[in-house]
Amino acid sequence: MSEAINPVEPFLRSDRMPHIWCPGCGIGTTVNCFARALIESKVDLQSLAIVSGIGCTGRVAGYVKLDSFHTTHGRAIPFATGLKLANPKLNVVVYSGDGDLSAIGGNHLIHAARRNIDLKVICVNNLTYAMTGGQTAPTTPELSITSTSPYGVFEPSFNLPHLVEAAGAVYVARWTTYHVRQLARSISEAFQKKGFSFIEVISPCPTLYQRRNKLGDGLETMKYYRQKSKVRPGAPTGELGLTMTGEIIVGKFVDRDRPDYQTVMRAQLKEALGERFVADPEMTCS
Amino acid sequence: MKADPRGVLTGVHFIDGDHACCEGALAAGARFASGYPITPSTEVVERFAARVPTVGGTFIQMEDELAASIALQGAVWGGAKAFTVTSGPGFSLMMEHIGYAAMTETPCVFVDVQRGGPSTGLPTLPAQADMMQARWGSHGDYEIIALCPNSPQECFDLTIKAFNLAEEFRVPVMFMMDEVVGHMTEKVVIPAADEIEITPRRHTHKALEEYLPYGTNGDGVPEMAYAGEGYKFHVTGLTHDERGYPNMTPQVQDKLVRRLQEKVHRAAESIAMFEEDQLEEASVVVVSYGITSRVAQRAVDLARERGLRVGKLRLITAWPFPEKKIAELAGRIKAFVVPELNLGQMVREVERAAGGKAKTFAVSHAGGGVHNPEQILEAILEASR
Repeated sequence: MSEAINPVEPFLRSDRMPHIWCPGCGIGTTVNCFARALIESKVDLQSLAIVSGIGCTGRVAGYVKLDSFHTTHGRAIPFATGLKLANPKLNVVVYSGDGDLSAIGGNHLIHAARRNIDLKVICVNNLTYAMTGGQTAPTTPELSITSTSPYGVFEPSFNLPHLVEAAGAVYVARWTTYHVRQLARSISEAFQKKGFSFIEVISPCPTLYQRRNKLGDGLETMKYYRQKSKVRPGAPTGELGLTMTGEIIVGKFVDRDRPDYQTVMRAQLKEALGERFVADPEMTCS
Repeated sequence: MKADPRGVLTGVHFIDGDHACCEGALAAGARFASGYPITPSTEVVERFAARVPTVGGTFIQMEDELAASIALQGAVWGGAKAFTVTSGPGFSLMMEHIGYAAMTETPCVFVDVQRGGPSTGLPTLPAQADMMQARWGSHGDYEIIALCPNSPQECFDLTIKAFNLAEEFRVPVMFMMDEVVGHMTEKVVIPAADEIEITPRRHTHKALEEYLPYGTNGDGVPEMAYAGEGYKFHVTGLTHDERGYPNMTPQVQDKLVRRLQEKVHRAAESIAMFEEDQLEEASVVVVSYGITSRVAQRAVDLARERGLRVGKLRLITAWPFPEKKIAELAGRIKAFVVPELNLGQMVREVERAAGGKAKTFAVSHAGGGVHNPEQILEAILEASR
């Protein structure tokens, strides 16, 4: 009798298992959705590269069987920008966490969206810095208890879909790790877009965020996601702010077209330089 | 291999050091630069932005130096030769990514047109006070190579050398210019492309199943794959094994970090470049580099006019420090005189390498200008007593 193989297994570096993620963590779920999206969208895996920053989600690059780059804290997007510009044939995915992408890497996030660099950004938002022990992130909802906000967070939190829409992203969606099919579909859709795409995935951190805030375990959090998520495609992103126990508005909010960075760059250089412009450079050396 | 003629602006030019550095990068095959404006270095990327679309490449102005210093590394893993250019405050911001390049063995060049510091310091005026930062600025143990040009011609020639060394050893190479050399306009001769030797990348041609991203063939330098070639390799700033997989054991750490150091250390003598003059009969040797070497030349000439036996050793390679050369000289001379535009950086290395066998006289200058040759002459006179 042949052993059943999980269809996503060929996408994983099984020689690196077991992974570091805790029981109940949602990051593995997002990786499963990512792999399913790769299957569904029939993306050419050889020309697909994945770039992560630092943190629990930053470890994704190490577990997927692709050309993968685990970069420095906050700098996955600028690394990916250089990779994409030097080798435009690559399909480049940035896969990282909320702290990495929106705090230390926040400047790069908004500028990449503004430039409309052709990158697919998957942001796993567990509302905290998990790798370092559950500190306050720019995404941590107000009044949450964290290791660095022992008396409750009093800073307003970032609404990431609103931020990246304002900065210029062409595709913006949010799901939770409860919405596995919708998430996989959104990732597939992002592969069809040319330009800066951003998918936020709300994900539990039962070890730190949920526990400190007495929000239950991974299963409890799934129940919360099921009960309190409202699918509202096209909802104004200004209304997507998160609270500790309130509604989570999910769906695809932005799906628009504007020419990506390299398209505009080539047109401009062609216009300015005419015949002198080397349009399709072969930058790869030896 | 020979240079790609598309990047080589063969001819005789009258240009400044910043522009010559840009032409050197293009001649070396650099087709990607990411930068962030900062005086007195910006002219390098301004010229690159104008030139590279006609050569077949890309320049992007990033949102800060952190982005600039990592975007170029993404480009390298995409297959390009790449560099960035900055000055003091920007160089400080790039330190983490110099460490990342060292750890991931990403061949690339960081140009630092030095200005007075600390902090914002003297944006438009020279210094040579980033020399230790170039060597030690990022955390952890690692090894880099640093070169110091003293003329626009050398800004061209040595930029090519910097890229070649980066490829040979898979290290980030620091190109340590200074404001005067960067803004000084002189004759620069750019030879024909077939007269320019280029070190090819250690690009792997191994079969997919045989390729080990961080396996080496004896010289300690691994072969490199590019994204998109099918190797499905992993690159991380974490301590990693030969597969490129994270491994948090002291054994793997020891093996990796020692190899990163050793691959440069053991080639130190072949990397060391210097210009020497009348060292055989010298009783005092003036050790200098960059713009200060040109001021020191005047002091050496004045001392020789007075009948003193003064030799000159100009460091072209600052790191790895040519300690053998210094140690050898220390055994037969009275003293070293080390003028530099800082309060004493490379002089410490001279003193260390001399091992007490010869005296060492620093001629410090806080930056903002260059030495008066008389100051250096005084030190030579004192050292000769």
